[in-house]
Formats: sequence, C-alpha cells, structure tokens
Amino acid sequence: MLLSVDHVTRYFYDQPVRAVVQSHRLRPSQFDGQKLIRWDVTVSDGQKGGGFRDGAGDWVQGWTVQGPVAEILVQVSGQVETTDLAGVLRGHKESVPPHCYLRGTHPTTADAALAALGEGLTPDSDALATAHAISARISDAIAYRPGATEAHTTAAEALALGEGVCQDHAHALIAVARSLGLPARYVSGYLLAGDDGSPHEASHAWAEVHVRGLGWVGFDPANRCCPDERYIRIGSGLDAQNAALIRGIARGRGEESLEVSVTVQARQISSQTQQ
Amino acid sequence: MTDYFNEMYQGGKVREPYARLQGWMQSMPAELRHMKQAEAEALFRRIGITFAVYGEGGDPDRLIPFDMFPRVFSGAEWARLERGIKQRARALNAFLVDVYGRGEIVRAGRIPARLVYLNDAYEKAVVGFVPSKGVYSHIVGIDLVRTGPEDFFVLEDNCRTPSGVSYMLENREIMMRMFPDLFRENRIEPVDSYPEILRRTLASVAPQKCDREPTVVILTPGHYNSAYYEHSFLADMMGVELVEGQDLFVEGEFVFMRTTEGPRRVDVIYRRIDDDFIDPLCFRPDSMLGVPGLMDVYRSGGVSICSAPGAGVADDKAVYTYVPEMIRFYLGEEPILKNVPTWQCGKADDLKYVLAHLADLVVKEVHGSGGYGMLVGPKATAEQVEAFRARIIADPDNYIAQPTLALSTTPTFVEEGVAPRHVDLRPYCLVGERVELVPGGLTRVALTEGSLVVNSSQGGGVKDTWVLAE
Repeated sequence: MLLSVDHVTRYFYDQPVRAVVQSHRLRPSQFDGQKLIRWDVTVSDGQKGGGFRDGAGDWVQGWTVQGPVAEILVQVSGQVETTDLAGVLRGHKESVPPHCYLRGTHPTTADAALAALGEGLTPDSDALATAHAISARISDAIAYRPGATEAHTTAAEALALGEGVCQDHAHALIAVARSLGLPARYVSGYLLAGDDGSPHEASHAWAEVHVRGLGWVGFDPANRCCPDERYIRIGSGLDAQNAALIRGIARGRGEESLEVSVTVQARQISSQTQQ
Repeated sequence: MTDYFNEMYQGGKVREPYARLQGWMQSMPAELRHMKQAEAEALFRRIGITFAVYGEGGDPDRLIPFDMFPRVFSGAEWARLERGIKQRARALNAFLVDVYGRGEIVRAGRIPARLVYLNDAYEKAVVGFVPSKGVYSHIVGIDLVRTGPEDFFVLEDNCRTPSGVSYMLENREIMMRMFPDLFRENRIEPVDSYPEILRRTLASVAPQKCDREPTVVILTPGHYNSAYYEHSFLADMMGVELVEGQDLFVEGEFVFMRTTEGPRRVDVIYRRIDDDFIDPLCFRPDSMLGVPGLMDVYRSGGVSICSAPGAGVADDKAVYTYVPEMIRFYLGEEPILKNVPTWQCGKADDLKYVLAHLADLVVKEVHGSGGYGMLVGPKATAEQVEAFRARIIADPDNYIAQPTLALSTTPTFVEEGVAPRHVDLRPYCLVGERVELVPGGLTRVALTEGSLVVNSSQGGGVKDTWVLAE
C-alpha cells in the first residue's frame, strides 16, 4: 500500500525564546515491510545538526533554531510503500540486545492487576501465543476512550480505570510481557485511518514483543490486530517518553504551547501486484 | 590476632624502600613534628583543598588529615603494579566496547546477560556507537589493598569520574616544600606530569569531525559539588576552561562555549557530571546541569565526552567479579592483580560456604553502599550474625560475601610518635591513544588504631605516595 503522510507540529512561545534544540526521530524504519518513496523533514529557521542511526535502528536527527523566535514549524511529509508482514519486523537492522527491553520504567511497571493479566500464560513454551493472548486481554481490559487518560498516566492507572488510548494499551502490554520475562517495547508511528468506525488515530503507538526465533513482532491492542500495511513504523523505546518522535527544549522564559496535525492517506499504486 | 604486613618493617629489619626514612623519622623530635604538621595544615588551608574524597559527602570545608610519613614502593614493586593496573584498564575498556557492540563476552557465556543489559548503568542510547579510539573510560581509578610483599587485591574499579587525584599532586607539592632534603636523598619518581598527560590523553580522543588542535574543557556541576576544588585545580593545571552546563550550547553539528570573544567550538569534554544529567533531551528531562542536544552531537561524531556515557556498567559491584574473566577473554592474559575472592550467595555452593563461615566474612548487599546493609563477621555479635543469617537465607541473590582482608600498614605519625596504620591505594590510569600511569597515586590511611576503614568520613587521612627510581 502506498501511504502518504503529512505531519505538522507548530510550537508557540508567548514570549520569544533565545534558542530551541530538538532531537527528532522522524524517519520511517528501514525493514522489509516499508519502502521509502519520498520523505522530507523541515524545521522553520532551523539548522540541521548531526544525524545518525542509533542502536535500535532509528534515525536520530538533531536540530537547532537560533532565536529570538516565537513560533516554530516542524513539517514532515512523505510517501512510504508498505507491505503486510503480519507484524513481524523482518529485515530491520539493530544492535540493542533484546534483554535491554526487560528493564522496567515508571509507566510500564506491572502492579498486581497487570501481572494477573499474564496468569496462566506460558511464554517459555510458546512466546508468540503468549504475546497474542496478552494483547487480547489488554484489548478486553482497557476500552478505547480518548480523553480518559493523559500523557503521564501509567499502565497500572489505565488498567484500574478500564479506559485509555493507544499509549495506555501499549504501556499495559509492555508491562505484562516484561513481567513474564518477554522483552517488549513501545513503538511510535502513523496509521491509516479507516472508515469502519474502529478506534484509529493517525498518530499512533503500539508495542513490540521479542519472540525467540522470530524476532520483534508488533501488537496493537487498541485495534485488536498486528501492524499491517496500514501502519508506518518510525521509532521505538522503553516507553512513550523514550520513544518520543520529537524531544525539545527552549532557552528562554516563554511558555510553550503546540498544535499537532497528522494525516495519513492511501494512494493508488498504478502497477498491479496481484496476478 | 591477625598478622598484618608492615610495609616498613619485616622481622625487625627496615625494608629497602623505606631505608632512608628511618633516619629522617628519628631526626624529628615531637616538637619539630608538631610544628611541621601545623605548617602542612596551614599550607592545605591556604590552597583551599578541603573537599571530601570519592563523594563521601560530609562537611565540604573540612580538611582531610594529611600524614607526613610517606608511603613508599620500590621500582620493582611498582613495575608489577603498573603492569597489573594497565592490564585491568585495557580489559575494562575492551569490555565496554564489546557490550555496546556485539556483546561477544555475553554470547560466549562468560558473563550473564542480565548482569550487563539490565544494569542501571548500561545505556541503551549508546549501543552501536564506538567512541573515538575505542575508549570509554579515560581515567580509570583502581582501588587496591595490600596484604603481603607480593599480594595486592583490587577492591573496586572506578571507570566514570574517579576523584582524588588533586590530593596526589598536592600531597607531593607540600612534602617537597616542607622536606626538600628528603627529595634529594631519595630518588623519587615525579608525579607532576599528570595534568599534562591527562590533557594529552583527552586531546588524543578528539572526535572524527575535529580537524584542528582540539579544544578541551572540564564540565563541572558547579561549586556546590564536593569535588569542585579538584575540577578547578585540574582545569588550571591543564590550562583548559572550566565550564558549567549553561556555558555550553549546541548549534548545528557542534557544541560551543560562550567566551568573551564569542562562541568557541569545543571538541573534548571531560565531564565530572553523571550520565543522567548531561543531556535532558537524552537522559533525565528535568536535569538543569547538562547541555540540551549534547548526546546527538556526541553520537554523530561532533564532540567527545570523557568518560564516555555508559562507562559505568564496567565498575558495578556485581560486574567486578567478572573482571579477571574479562582479562582472560579480551587480552588472553592471566590477571596480574587479584580480585578479592567473592562468594555470590545466589549460587548454592557459595551460599553453603558463606553460611558456614559467617563469623569470618564480610557480607554486603549487592547494590548497597556506604556501609549500609553490611555484616563484618569478626566484629559482629552472635545475635547480629544470626539475624543476618536469616536475611541472607530469605534473599540470597541480594548478598555477596568476601573474606576480611588483612590490610597492610605503614608507619604514621600519631599523638605518641610513630605507629603502624592501615592503608589503601588509588592509582589513576589514563587511557587515550596510549595507556599511561603516573608513578604514584593516592594513599588513604585509617588514622584510628586498629581501624581498617580508610574513608575520610570515618577518620581517614591521606599520605604522599612514593615510587622510587630503580
């Protein structure tokens, strides 16, 4: 599927700030399920810093803006050709050992209720089935409801509430998987919004679980599926904050506010791939 | 009664390295000694060296007692120590490059994956990045104790930002001022080249993108830090700028420092700030001490950071046990310096031994520090031993045990004259393009009679450390 993405983030400062430094993770991952056709990132009045591929396989790009500046526009625009690999992250080059993703973080700490969601599962005999089961249990336990939670809500809090958004689903899945000894991580990306009324968000997040022999496999409890051709994978981390697409800091007194808009659209591919 | 190795006297005879100190010691009546001691203290006060060593905390304005009686090594003794220290520094760096690269030592099953990859000091953010010249730890402080003529044990390794080297330099400076004759009578290897070698070491690891004479700075958390004196002392001695986070900023691909003549590019940062605080965009977002964006510049080859972020995974208490294994694995050599034998209570056989010998052992919590959660068997009551036994049995993974070491003594000036007191040693090994070691280090001494605790917070002092020329 050919997906085009337009992702605009606009930062406003009520007083001009002296300088802004950002660290971006804004390029689609390189793996067998994604082929980059075109991809551009611009920062208004920005100077490009060093860029590199990190150990998790993500492209990290620094940017600086010299002030005084009261408004910054970060624009991402591009096209990606995607293939459905049933969630398997095949052909992805990375060097962070899966063990690292057993480490707990504040929002992904499993309390008794989260640990209970892993009861009866046997990751040692069938890790893949276990991961599927965890994902299904999270989908049942946390209903999709935008606005029910906020950025700092933990997995335990979302489960207690019984409601949340994709970030909460991913955190909960990660917490349960890690409590069973399965490495798990948070994935940030984009999703093609459907017209079937299912809970989709164009700016999306899901989780990946490491399955021995298969590697990393994606699970999206918010949509009760594994990532397919509607998904564009960008970057990963231990939790939402660790996998943030844009991190930044401004020097100056101005209070920051921001507007984000993301649209993902399917484009017709002219050549037929079916026989 | 344990028989402690006295570094000056053996069987009633004076050991060779100390031969010329016998007369010096006898030539100092109590009155002169007190006068000299007061003079030394005044000198220390004047230069303002009053910080606590090794981040022990305590009163930052308190003077650490200086003992005038030097601690002496022969050239031959030092030659062996030097080989052992350099060997260890090389192995620790090889380990760091490996665990942030392919992780061969883990794949080979020589160290458990969990111990490395789930370690708090393991930085996922630098996996796959190889620092300039493949060096992570540029200043390796190795804490050593001696138990016999040939027996040295490593207590711990410090791969991040070991402090105390300013004492090594100042102790020598003051001894030379007060006892110039001693330095004529003895052929003592100089240590004053340390700042220049440190500067050269730091310059040698300038990043890829640096195409000129590298600019080196020391990054300090500020004057509230207990080691601030040392930071400013080293900057001064090296002739480099001492900066705080707010003095540096990232623009484009590089880091700059604000100067009165405008921004100046910085190539190498000797940071005395913990990993967590160096860049709020990469590590702790609430940190005000660091430089936003620094890690992106670092990982794209625009600046070098010493020690490299992530170096701490090599000096962890649990990883320590595996350093001899690292030496065999990476260097194909046998360790020259011994580790203190350590029993891991999480292993069934070790646990059995520990429980059977509790009264003779020192038992520590794996992640404990500062002497908390610790049992010193020989000094504990029967009740304390039994209470500790229950704790170990309840959570064996959380404990390690070591024998109580018979630390060597050296003569030390005390109220009633000269008496043996226990000592340890921290040499500072420099690793850049080359591995270098200044002949000397910091000797800490337990001033209280019978005490084995050399920490300055518990009555420890410092001594000048001599290495004699062969």
